[in-house]
Amino acid sequence: MYEKHLMICGATGCLSSGSNQIAEALKEELDKQGIKDKYRLVMGGCPGFCEVGPIIVIYPDEVFYCRLQTKDMAELVETHLIGGEIVEKLLYKGPDVEAPARFYDSIPFYFKQKFNVLRNSGIIDPESIDEYIMRGGYRALRRALQMEPLAICDEVKDAGLRGRGGAGFPTGVKWSFTNKAPGPKKYIVCNADEGDPGAFMDRSILEGDPHAILEGMLIAGRACGADEGYIYCRAEYPLAIRRLITAIQQAEEYGLLGSNILDSGFNFKINIKEGAGAFVCGEETALLASIEGKRGMPRPRPPFPAQVGVFGKPTTINNVETLANIPLIVREGGVAEFASVGTEGSKGTKVFALAGKVRNTGLVEVPMGITIEEIIFDVGGGIQGGREFKAVQAGGPSGGCIPQDLINLPIDYDSLTQAGAIMGSGGLVVMDDRTCMVDLANYFLSFTQKESCGKCTPCREGTKRMLEILDRITEGEGVPEDLDTLDSLAHSIKDSALCGLGQTCPNPVLTTIRYFRHEYEEHINEKFCRSGICKPLFQYQIDQENCNGCRACVRVCPVEAIKGEKKEPHEVIQELCTRCGSCIEKCRQDCIMITRVGSEADVGN
Amino acid sequence: MSNEAVAELNQDIDLDQVDSIIEPYLGKKEMVIPILQKVQDHFGYLPRPAMEHVARRMRIPLSRLYGVTTFYAQFKLKPRGRNIIRVCKGTACHIQGSPKISERIEQILDVESGETTDDLRFTLEEVACIGCCALAPVIMINDDPHGRLTPDKVKDILDIYE
Repeated sequence: MYEKHLMICGATGCLSSGSNQIAEALKEELDKQGIKDKYRLVMGGCPGFCEVGPIIVIYPDEVFYCRLQTKDMAELVETHLIGGEIVEKLLYKGPDVEAPARFYDSIPFYFKQKFNVLRNSGIIDPESIDEYIMRGGYRALRRALQMEPLAICDEVKDAGLRGRGGAGFPTGVKWSFTNKAPGPKKYIVCNADEGDPGAFMDRSILEGDPHAILEGMLIAGRACGADEGYIYCRAEYPLAIRRLITAIQQAEEYGLLGSNILDSGFNFKINIKEGAGAFVCGEETALLASIEGKRGMPRPRPPFPAQVGVFGKPTTINNVETLANIPLIVREGGVAEFASVGTEGSKGTKVFALAGKVRNTGLVEVPMGITIEEIIFDVGGGIQGGREFKAVQAGGPSGGCIPQDLINLPIDYDSLTQAGAIMGSGGLVVMDDRTCMVDLANYFLSFTQKESCGKCTPCREGTKRMLEILDRITEGEGVPEDLDTLDSLAHSIKDSALCGLGQTCPNPVLTTIRYFRHEYEEHINEKFCRSGICKPLFQYQIDQENCNGCRACVRVCPVEAIKGEKKEPHEVIQELCTRCGSCIEKCRQDCIMITRVGSEADVGN
Repeated sequence: MSNEAVAELNQDIDLDQVDSIIEPYLGKKEMVIPILQKVQDHFGYLPRPAMEHVARRMRIPLSRLYGVTTFYAQFKLKPRGRNIIRVCKGTACHIQGSPKISERIEQILDVESGETTDDLRFTLEEVACIGCCALAPVIMINDDPHGRLTPDKVKDILDIYE
């Protein structure tokens, strides 16, 4: 028996801020005190609050320690584990709390969240099937095995679950298509090829609760009449793959995978396929081609995968988060409970990766229908450095930006589509006044253009032409007709591209033009980028009134383009400046200004 | 790296190794991507003689094998450096200034993205998203993430790797 459980976040975010070293230091300290057998250390799933990582949560005491460093471990062991006192200085502190917050229930980041999909993440050891079972795991599978397959489809339909991969198709309906497709051999595919830059929801679910995915796939298999499944996972997620392999082995040992599962006569096996780095493989028909060992290029639908899928057999393809919801729905009383959260057309919760210039970055799960304002300001704690909120990009390169005036927009499938964005897989990247919207559109389009598979002309050629225009605008060569040309190209691509990648990739351009037309016009007509991003379209100048001559900028400038004596106002030598931005990051007086090219120091902007 | 230098390296490829990788998958053409992944794990890239061998043993036309190989970003046809730098090009990193980080690395190493330094010390690559957006902008060198970067921190970090 252990006295306490120490859950150390072992997800990629915290690992990269050093949670492995923390764990090592903690072990060493426990060893030194000779008490390591009393405590259980678990490299667990993600509690979501990446911003304050690395994190350790101690149970049963319910204490949340964050922003830990290896040197804190001695005190943590001595004061908390041995002395029984909370180490106050390691608790969460922030402008949104009056006193240091002890646990989830007193940290504002968690107030509006609701954990369905992330129910086990950070609570259980993701490498232990027993802990998953203790939390009610595989109970829904047992129930599903006693139900008629179509009755399972109906329950998922009644719950109102829509696909979490982006398009939002009702999952139960999809299942019933595969169920009704003729033929004895059918497949379930879990799409874990999460490729949107800025999105890491699926990875955290796979890393934090891999058995939930297996259970979801098993239930889907039962409902669709399939006996084999594939998990198609990005090769860039090695930890997720390792945890899935462990989970599959454990489930096989327990008789929850394999033949005659729980004595029901139902057989199911799961294979893992590693992706090889192609964004388009997140598109379902491209993904199928990739599983078959081919170039991952999409094909026209129909026939839909429910009729003709992997190796020509009927196949259901579901996203990771969709599958993680299934055990909650199919358990006793799950339908009503699931449907009690969310809006009329969008039920349940959604996991978002909240990133960009927001104070609390991390992984959040919120009820559908929450507003953008609530996510960014209540959960996200507002904008970094108290700057001004400008827009949020929802749905990655397939989505669109939502500007400040739509801050009360509820987040659900239909409202987002109406605003020109999409739910997408769930990336939310927050932007402030230092983000240039033309550059942003350019960034997304250059991503999709690179990832375009080249099969259909609108996407292959159209994105290239659009990108050329955007490049020109950001380089100061834009002409007034450009906006109309972009708009017309964008609509042609949307209407005629073969797959989801092509049909959605103009969205970032269309929404930035729709909501930030003035910024495009300023780039084109006045050759000015007020956010200080498009290099030929601005210059840095030092505010002569406020510069105190601290020389911080002089020291950091890599090309010696700032001159001035100590304690005298400095000046930027425009001919030498490469606009690398090092100085503006360093200046504590906030006196480096972004001005129009050629403007004089005292004019400013 | 020049084509001649690659050709010279390719002469010493041990095809027995390739054989043992292929063995469990013989006759399963759909497993060609895992095979290529394992070959690349072993050699660090996909040498031409190994590709020819895979094509022959799996009975797949070499042209089609190259078709698959060049489709996926993961596969490399040239040797790579001892240290792989991956600059995250995710959205969060982009708006937090990753282009400035790339620029500085390119300046210091005198290579462009996708290239390897002549001394094989570094290969510079871009990656769509490492997934630690909270630490943006981030680069990974080998398996070590370096987060919350500014251009002036780059040189000291590169100096750690030999």
